[in-house]
Amino acid sequence: METAIAPAGSVHKIETAPALPAGPERVEQPVRDDIAEQTRDLIAVRDQRDRAAFGRLFDYFGPRLKYMLIRGGMRDGSAEDVVQEVMLSVWHKAAQFDPHRADAAAWIYGIARNRRIDMMRRRPLAQPEAMPELDSLEPDAMQILALQEEARHLSEALSRLAPEQAEALRAAYFDDIPHSRISEVTGLPLGTIKSRIRLGLDRLRHELRRIAP
Amino acid sequence: MSQIRHHIPDDVLEAYHAGSLPHAFGVVVAAHLSLCDACRAWAESRDMMGGALLRELAGAALHEGARARILAAMDGPVPAVPRGSAVFPAPVMACLGGQPPRWRMLGGGIRQQILAADAEGSLRLLYIPPGKAVPEHGHGGLELTLVLQGSFSDNAGAFHRGDVETAHDAIDHQPVAGPGMPCICLAATDAPLRFHAFLPRLLQPLFRI
Repeated sequence: METAIAPAGSVHKIETAPALPAGPERVEQPVRDDIAEQTRDLIAVRDQRDRAAFGRLFDYFGPRLKYMLIRGGMRDGSAEDVVQEVMLSVWHKAAQFDPHRADAAAWIYGIARNRRIDMMRRRPLAQPEAMPELDSLEPDAMQILALQEEARHLSEALSRLAPEQAEALRAAYFDDIPHSRISEVTGLPLGTIKSRIRLGLDRLRHELRRIAP
Repeated sequence: MSQIRHHIPDDVLEAYHAGSLPHAFGVVVAAHLSLCDACRAWAESRDMMGGALLRELAGAALHEGARARILAAMDGPVPAVPRGSAVFPAPVMACLGGQPPRWRMLGGGIRQQILAADAEGSLRLLYIPPGKAVPEHGHGGLELTLVLQGSFSDNAGAFHRGDVETAHDAIDHQPVAGPGMPCICLAATDAPLRFHAFLPRLLQPLFRI
C-alpha cells in the first residue's frame, strides 16, 4: 500500500482540492463480497425501504463519492452537499434499480455523474426514459449473479492495469467531464458486460410485451 | 419492438455520456436510448466501469452529522418519474411540456413544431404524410433525425421507429415518408437547414427551419 503511485496531475489537484486526504488514491479492498452485499442492500432499499441497508450504502459510497467530486474540482462544502443530493436520489429512485443491468456501484455512479454534468451545464442533459418497473417480473438469479461476476472481472482487470492507464480512466470518469476524451484501455471486459445488460433489457421488454401487447 | 438498424454514432454517444452535447442533440440521444437496447447497454456498461472505479477509490471523510442529515431528509416528497407516451419517449414529452404537439403547417401536408432553438442548435418535431417528401436540403453542420412513428427513406436507406439518420454537412438528401402511418421524427441540427427550392428558402426565416 505504501508503494501506491501518486496520481498523475496531483500537483494541480492539490491546488483545487485541498481536502483530499493524503495517501494512496486507490486502496486495495476486498471488492469480491462488496459487490453482492451492496446489491443486496440496494434491493432491500428498493423493496423494503430498508433504512439500515441504506445507512450501510451511505457509509460505503458517501466518502467515495465525496472523494470523486473533490477530485473533479469541487470544494469540500459543495462536495458534501452533492453527496447528500446524490444519496437522496438513490433513496428516491431505488424503484428503478435493476440488478440484471447494473451493480449498486454502477447505478450510484450513474446518478452522481448525471448530477455533476447538470451542475456544469446551462440546461440539464436530457435523460432516457426510466425502464418500467414490473411487479410481476421474477428476478433471474443466474443473470444477476452473472452480471456481478462480470463486475468482479472488471475490478480485477482494473487492478492489473499499469498505474498510468488506471489514472487515465479515473481522469476520464471522475474529472472535468465535458472536456475529457474517454479513451478505452484495451482488454477490459466491457463487451461481455454490454451483452449482459442487453439480456436484462431484453427480458424487461419481453415481459412488457407479454403484459401489454 | 422492430429491429433498430441505424444507431447514434460512437463519437456522439461519447459526447452525450461526457455531458458535452448541446441540448438539441442531447434530447435526440436520450430519446434513442429510450428505444434502443443496444445503445442503452453501451451507456450502462460505461456506468459499470465508473462504478468499478468508484468502488476502489479511497474515501474523503464526510462531515460529522452527514448521516443524520440524510436520514432526516429521506421522508421528504418523492419526485415524480417522467413518463412518455406511445409515440413520444419521456425526454421528448418533457420538451412538449406533457402536451400533444402544437403543429404548424409548412405546406404540402408537412407540419412541424419547434421544441428548442438557440445559438447551439435547434430541435423540432416533423410530421410528414405518407409518401410525401421533405424538400431536398443540405446542412451547415450535423443533423440527427430520429423516427418516432412511421418511416422514411432516402439515399442512406430506410428508417423506422427508433432509427437515427446522421447527416453531416454537405450531404444533400431528400427523405420520403413511407406508406401507412404519417412519419413523425425528431430532428436536431446545429445550423439552419439550407433548402434548395426557391420558395422554402424564402420561408426559412419565417418558420425557423
